[in-house]
Formats: sequence, C-alpha cells, structure tokens
Amino acid sequence: MSSYDLSSILIVLLPIVSFVTLSVFGKRIKPSISGVLGTMSLAITLVLALYVAYGYFFDFGMQAGAHVKHIALQFQWLKFNENLSIDLGIVLDPISVMMLVVITAVSTMVHLYSINYMHGEERFTMYYAYLSLFTFSMLGLVVAVNIFQMYIFWELVGVSSFLLIGYYYTKPSAIAAAKKAFIVTRFADLGFLIGILMLSYGAKTLDFFTLIERLTQPNSVYLASFAGSSFLGLSALSWALLLVFTGGAGKSAMFPLHIWLPDAMEGPTPVSALIHAATMVVAGVFLVGRLFPIFAISAPDALHIVGYIGGFTALFAAIIACTQTDIKRVLAYSTISQIAFMMFALGVSGWGEESEGFTASMFHLFTHAFFKALLFLGAGAVIHAVHSNEMEDMGGLRKALPITHITFLLACLAIAGVPPFAGFFSKEAILSAAFHGNSLIFYVGLFTSCLTAFYMFRLYFRIFWYNPVKEDHHNHEGHTWPMNIALIILAFGAVFAGLIPFGHFVSADGKPIELPFHLTFSIAPVLLGIAGILLAYVMYGEKNEMPDKLTASISGLYRAAYRKFYIDEVYLFVTKKVLFNLVGRPAAWFDRNVVDGMINGYASITTMSSESIKPMQSGRLQSYTMFFLGGVLLVAALLVIKFM
Amino acid sequence: MSLDSILLLRFEWIITLIIFILLVLKLSDADNKVGALMKAINVLLFVNFAAGLLPIGEGSLFNGFFKTSELIVLEKNILNLGVLLISLASFTWLTNHKHRIEFYILMLSSMLGVYVMLSSGHLLMLYLGLEMSTIPVAALANFNKTEKRSSEAGVKFILSSTFSTGIMLFGISLLYGAVGNLSFESIIANLHPDALTLFAFAFILGGFGFKMSMVPFHLWTADVYEGSPVGVTNYLSVISKGSVIFIFITVLYTVFGGMKDAWLLAVGVLAVLSMTIGNLFALRQDNIKRLLAFSSISQVGFVLVGIAGAAKVGVTAVVYFVLIYMLSNIAAFGVAGAIADTTGKESLNKAYKGLYKSNPFYALILALALFSLAGVPPTAGFFGKLFLLTSGMGTAMYVVLGIAGINLVISLYNYLRVVKYMFIDEAEEVLPVVDKNKALTTALIVCIIGLLVIGFVTPIYQYIDSISFGM
Repeated sequence: MSSYDLSSILIVLLPIVSFVTLSVFGKRIKPSISGVLGTMSLAITLVLALYVAYGYFFDFGMQAGAHVKHIALQFQWLKFNENLSIDLGIVLDPISVMMLVVITAVSTMVHLYSINYMHGEERFTMYYAYLSLFTFSMLGLVVAVNIFQMYIFWELVGVSSFLLIGYYYTKPSAIAAAKKAFIVTRFADLGFLIGILMLSYGAKTLDFFTLIERLTQPNSVYLASFAGSSFLGLSALSWALLLVFTGGAGKSAMFPLHIWLPDAMEGPTPVSALIHAATMVVAGVFLVGRLFPIFAISAPDALHIVGYIGGFTALFAAIIACTQTDIKRVLAYSTISQIAFMMFALGVSGWGEESEGFTASMFHLFTHAFFKALLFLGAGAVIHAVHSNEMEDMGGLRKALPITHITFLLACLAIAGVPPFAGFFSKEAILSAAFHGNSLIFYVGLFTSCLTAFYMFRLYFRIFWYNPVKEDHHNHEGHTWPMNIALIILAFGAVFAGLIPFGHFVSADGKPIELPFHLTFSIAPVLLGIAGILLAYVMYGEKNEMPDKLTASISGLYRAAYRKFYIDEVYLFVTKKVLFNLVGRPAAWFDRNVVDGMINGYASITTMSSESIKPMQSGRLQSYTMFFLGGVLLVAALLVIKFM
Repeated sequence: MSLDSILLLRFEWIITLIIFILLVLKLSDADNKVGALMKAINVLLFVNFAAGLLPIGEGSLFNGFFKTSELIVLEKNILNLGVLLISLASFTWLTNHKHRIEFYILMLSSMLGVYVMLSSGHLLMLYLGLEMSTIPVAALANFNKTEKRSSEAGVKFILSSTFSTGIMLFGISLLYGAVGNLSFESIIANLHPDALTLFAFAFILGGFGFKMSMVPFHLWTADVYEGSPVGVTNYLSVISKGSVIFIFITVLYTVFGGMKDAWLLAVGVLAVLSMTIGNLFALRQDNIKRLLAFSSISQVGFVLVGIAGAAKVGVTAVVYFVLIYMLSNIAAFGVAGAIADTTGKESLNKAYKGLYKSNPFYALILALALFSLAGVPPTAGFFGKLFLLTSGMGTAMYVVLGIAGINLVISLYNYLRVVKYMFIDEAEEVLPVVDKNKALTTALIVCIIGLLVIGFVTPIYQYIDSISFGM
C-alpha cells in the first residue's frame, strides 16, 4: 500500500473519527476546543487531499497518456449471489480526486468560519459533530467504487444534512425545512434505488467500472438485451438511467424537485455554504458524471433529457432569483441555476471528440464551489452583523465590513463571468460546449448568464451600497479573524481557480484535452454580463429617495432629479411590471402552487383515498366474512383469467 | 419407535415437556412465588431456544407426514427466539396477571401446532398444525377477561378463524377430489391446472390469506390486535404470522410450484392490495396497536412482492425478512406494552407525544424499530425490504414493484408520524416515567442489536441462502 493509498483512506476516516469523538465526549469537551479540534482534523484531511491530488495528477495517475482509475482500497461487504456483490472501497480517478479537494477545502473553511459564527450556540459541539459526519458521508460518496456504496453514503448525506438544516430545532420553520428537504430527496432517492436495481439487473453487477464496461462495449451481451427492450419509446437502459438521474435531480435541486433548497436556508449559514453551495447539491452532477460513459455512449436520449431539464432549471431559477429579497434565498436560487449550468453542460456533451461539455461541467463545479461558498460565507458575515436576512435592513455596509465587502465583490465578479476571475473560464467552457452541442440550450445559457450578473450585483449593491454608509456601525470584523481568514482564502480560490488548465486533468475518457478559448466567442457573454452589472448598478447603486427629492427639486436640481426619476421609472417598469409581474410572479406562483401543489396533491389524494375506504373496517364480523368470500372469488377469477 | 425418530422430533418433544412441567407447576401452587416462577419459565424457554441450536439431522417420519430439513430447523429456531423475547417483553404484564401459567401453556400449545405445521409433509398434517396453532390464540386474545374489548377480540378471532378454516377445508377437499391424495409428493406429481384445482387453490389461498392477514382477508386483524393484551398481539403479529408465511412460501413453491403461471398474477394483486390498503388505513390510526396491525398488513404485502419473485432467492429473502420483521415488531410492541402497563393508554396522541422527554430510552428503541419497519437504512429493515424487492424483480412485474415503491414512501410517513410525536411534539400532560425491568430491557436490547447488526453481517444472509430451496 503506497503512501497515497494510505492518505486517501485517512481522508475518509478522519472526519468519522472526529464525529465519533465529538459526539461521544461532546459534553466533556469545551466548545472552544471542539471547534478547534474539528477544524484541525479537517485541515489535516485537506492537506492529505492535496497530497493525494498531487500524487494522482503528477505521479501515478497518468498511464499511456490518459488518467486511469486507481483503486486505493476495495473489499467485499455484502454478497448477493455469485456474480452480484456489494463492495466498499476507495477509487481515485480525476473526478473523485477533484471532489476530494473541493469537499475538504470548503469544509475546512466552513469549520474555521463557524468557530466565530456559531460562537455561543447551545449545542456547539454537536454542530461540529454533524459537520464532520456530513463531510465523512460526502467523501465516502465521491470515492465509491460501487453504485450501492454510493447509495448508502448518499442516504447518509441526506440524514446529516437533515440534522444540520434542522439544527435550530426549536424553530418550527427550520424543522419544516429539514423535513421538506429530507422527504423530497427521499422521494427522489426512491427513483435512484429503483434505477440501481434495474441497472444491476441488466448488467449483473454493482461495481461502477464493470457496469460502465458492460454497458458501453458495443458487442456486450448485457447492453444488447438491456437496450433492446423498450418502454414508451425509451429503452430499459434509458429508463434506468433516468431513474438514477431522478435521485441526482433531487439532491441537485433540478426542476421540479428544487423546492426544498430555498427553504433549507433555515439552517445555519455556514451549513448552507457547505451543503447547499459546494458539496451536497453537486452530488447529482457528480452522479451523472460518474455514469457519464453510459449516458453518452449507450443512452444519448437520456442525456438529452438531462440537458433540457438543466437548461430549463437554469433559466427558471435565475428569473426567480431576481425577485427575492432574502439574501440567502437569492443565493439559493442562484445555486440552483448554477448547478443547472453544470447539468446541461453534461447534457449537451457527447463522447470522444465532443466531450468538452463534461470537462466544462466539472470545471464549473470546481470553480463554483469556491465562489459560491464565499458568497454564502460573506452573506453569513453580513447577517452576523445586521441580524437579519432581509435586504431592507442592509445597504451601505461597505465601511462596516471591508473584508466581507471586497471578498463578496470578487465572488460576484467571478459568478458573473467577468474575466479573469474563475467563473469566467468555466462558464465560457460551458457556453462553448453548448454552442457546439445544442443551440437552444446555448441561447438559454447565454441569457441566463446575463441574468446571473444582474441578480448577483443587485444583491451586492443592495447590501453594500444603496443606502448611505451608516456611521454608527462599528467595525464588526475586528474580532472575527477566523471568519475573515476563511473569506480571504476562498477569495483566492474564486479569483485564481479558473487559471488551472482544467482539461489537462479532468476529461471524460482520461486523455488530457485543451478547453477551447476563443476571444471572439467570449465577447458576447462578457458584454452581456457587464450589461447585467451596469443595469444592477443603475437600479441599486444608490437609493432613490424620490419624495424628498421632488420637494427639493423646485430648484435647479429638478432636471437631474427628474432624469433619475425617469430612469427609475424605466427600471420600475422593467422589473416590477415586466420582470416581476409578467415573469417572476407567474414563475414564483407556478413554483408555489403548481409544483408544491403537485406534491401536496399526492398527499391529499392519499388522505382522501384513506378516508374513502374507511367503511371497509366496520367492526362487523358479518361484513368481514363477506369481504373474505369476495377475496376468494377475486383470487379464483384472477387464476381463471391467467389460466385461460 | 427408534432413537432417530425421537431425535428428529426434538423440537416437539422439548416443548411438550415444558408444557407438562408447567401443568405440574400449576397443580403444585407455584403461583405463590411469582418471581421465582417467572424466572424458571424464562429459563425453560431459553433452554428451549438453546437446545434448538444443537445440530439435528434431516429426514422424514410417519410415511412422510412429518419431515424436517435445515431450513425448517432454522425457521423453528427463529420462532423460538421470538417466543423467548415475547415472554421477556411481557414480563410485567404476566407478573401482575393471575393466570400466567395458563398463558404460557396456551402459548406453547400454539407453538407446538406451529412446529407440526412447519414440518408437515401432508396437507392434513398442515391443516391440523394450523388449527392447533390458532385455537389457543383465541383463548389468549380473551386473556384480559374483565375487559370487554378483549372478549370481543377473542370472539371475533375464533368466529372468523372458523370461517376461514371452513373455506380452507373446502379447498382441501376439492383438491383431494382432483388429485386423489393429499401428501405433498403426490400432489406435486398429479397436479394439473384445471378448473377444479384452480378453485381448490383459491380456497386454500384464502385460508392462508386469513392467517397472514392479506387484504381482503385481513379485516379481523385490527380489531383483534387492538382488543388483545399487548403480549398476545405481539405473538399474533410475529409468531402466528411469521410461521404461516414460512409454510405458505413452502407450499406455494413446492406443492403448487407447477402452476406458478396461474398464481403469479393473483399473488401480485394481493401484494398490491395488502401494501396499499394496509398503508392507507395506517394513516388514520391513533391507537398504536391498530397502527402496528395495519403496518403488519402492509408488511405482508411486501413479503408477497418477494414471493412473487418465484425463485430460490425469494425463499431466502422472505426468511431473512421475517427474522428482521420479528425483531422490529417485538421491540415496538415491547415498548407499547411497557407504556400501556404504566399509563394504561395506547393512544398515540395521549401517551406518545413528547415521549422522548419523559422516557428517552423507550422513545429511542421505538424509533429504531419503526425505522426498521419503514426500511430506512442502515437498519436491518432496509436490507430486508431490499432483498424482497430484488427478489420481486425476478418475474419482472414492474407495476407491482412500482406500487411497492410508492408504498414505501407512504409507510415512511406512517412511521415517521409516530417518531414526530415522540421527539418533536410536546406532551399535553406530563407522562410518568415508565419503570424499567431487566427482562424487558434485555429483550429490547437483543432486538435492537439484531436490527443494527443483521444487515451488515453477510454470513446470516448467506447461510439462509445456502439452505433455501429452489423452485
């Protein structure tokens, strides 16, 4: 066993050790120590993850010009029968190594940040225990060698996120949100489980790599029989993959399973940064990425559906993000939209020459983790300072929170796709892949990226400008250095992560590719992004105190004020009338009533049918025997039908 | 009678012996020393369980009327464990009950019937065993003699049981008319799926359906479960039901295996009905015993999904599932019994809200048992359900599997509702602290360890698989 293998095992084990220690000795450990303990153990895993990544990409991972998988650990855990068993293990390949780095990096920052943010909370130690449990589950998920191992950790991720969202368990809304998240994703996971059963039935294995091999080789018997049988125009294989994707869509909040994510903002803000920005929500993207060869080679129709769902979700969520006033909700919808970008990048991708979408998607996953975690942590710092989530209570905070201000601005520039920040490169790669793959999705993506710039800067201006600077705000950052350090480190990621030649490391078939970069192609997206930022500036750069100015405007200032008024009117018309009323309202209404309603509908149908069969259980023995006889006749009828 | 035959009948001998010991104890006024008596009985039951684990041969007796195999022995051992745990779980109730020795005599007589039934090689033997296991339970259901609803449960059980027996006997006689002999071998050899056989099968299936409480033969279940004392309900839901599931799958796969194509659809439809209707009724129950009654109905639906797989893996999955189901149910009923003993209440609204605050131990145990019943990983219930559904894939009845999937979600709601009551809701009036006793605690801990461990210890599943029979 090489030192790399040992390190990768330690990466997975350390968080669970930390979880056990913190939860068993929780009451005996001082809160301040448990925070440091959790952070230290995560920092060690981060160092190990970087070491493993270095080793994989520069030392042993490359063989014959391609990055190949490396099994660091594998043992049999449960045996179904001779050819079907469940293994546990650790696999290192480009995407799992990348995820190890992302998860440990963001998790370490969140641990560090929480030392301040959660300071004085009653169950501080349990909070760190849950964070460690979550990190462990997520790490176990990405290194899974076996689709079933992934499913187990997938559920563990769900449970630990349930615990974290419901951390403020005395708050009814937090409990409701935790429940909603758990139930919606459980529902989706059911599809995942059925998909797994179908895949394992079709390919007679649960091992990822055997599965991929058996379902992609053109002369494979498994593929022939699996892809041969069809139902409603799609092959059994496509159905199985779509069911698996349902699980991914649940965790990754794809329409219409996204409804849990905005509510999940009830959890502590660092948790949102960890779970709802950088790690858990990209599990679905990772899942599709893991099975990507099967999608791309054997079931492109299923992949196209993934693409369209991704494209639609990206636009839908971005529109809603423009209308929200709770800053965490803006970020939540923004996350949905950005993950949908990754999803449709996979959807428009093909195999071989056309697989740049895969790399682009993983690239965006990588960069997004940094800037979105930064945005959430920044939002957390703001909330920490003003004790409110509402934009109403903010504005003019740039002097009170200088570090937060600068880092938040950098993250906004990154997500808006302004060169040379990280988001620019990955978003360019996605748009370029979409341009070559599917023009409809490309235009949707282009428009959405403009909207992204707009709503992100709307958020930025509303928090840090808009109102005049409040002088009475004392500097909040003086005594929160762990928070500041976390912000600054993530800001480095948000600025520089895009400069990594990502195609050299991660690609669909392991062979390094060069992500295309054309200056001419970038002009349109960048200009649209800047237009979005300018629009946001014009509208939110400064608060429009129309009534006051109108009274003062009798003097020479009138004209200027009027012009401002006029611009404001245009904006009011565009946002309130067009964007908000015509698009945002219906979209939000659709979200609230139809999508939520559908879910509620299922529940009420269940209750109604439960009500309607009530008379059956009358308590009268005579009627029981009647039902009994009826049952016998029913069975007889079924037998006879089958017999004839 | 040679030594071999005595050895083959070991399970039956031991239980008969215990029954006689109890009769003698009853005559000698052992009731006066309750503590020592209860200890002695539980030791006897433990000996019974431990003796079952000793190796035993395979073979048949009495011209094939009685047979035993490794799988049958395992099934008997599982049920032995169940009886021991139920006895421990009902410790408090029995200590306070005047007729505790009679309770054990009746329960063990019923167990004797179960053994006979499991080992039967002939439909007549099966029928006798089935009846012998049922009739004492009717008396048990009526065991809280001063309570009206207990009497009602007893009467309802015996009447509907008689009805189902009549139906089943009718089926058996039709089958006799069609085949000319009732031993399993000759039925297998002479079975032709003609109209007479099909009707005979429908009636016999009805009889089994009653004991397993499949929908629509289930209507007695809730009333009887609710009215009977908790220990008896526990026995009904675990031992009675589990044993009939064991013999049902044997009969279906071997005796009626030849007409598989004919019964597959019927089993599928009954599975769908049982899961769905059981769950829908469970939605609105406030009494914990009624809730568990309907839950047990829907669990039988899942068992039928596994049975519909019609392959060797079906037997493995079903036996494995019954073991897990048994532990979950005993734990759940154990807690329900403890709470009923102290508070006299079975209502979820009144006795279970805020239970975690007053009795964290019981709340945690019940929550785990319910998670296992709901099939939430990493409890064993998840693996049980998983194997059942995998087995169901065998005959590719995707509609049934899809409905099973939907039912998994509904059942999750049913069980989580109780968990929510216990952990999140506030109690309307402060609940008393339920006293613990060693016997119950032991039983609960054994169940919980089983639920946490069984799923992860592969040899258990592999062992069952190695002794299962194919179709």
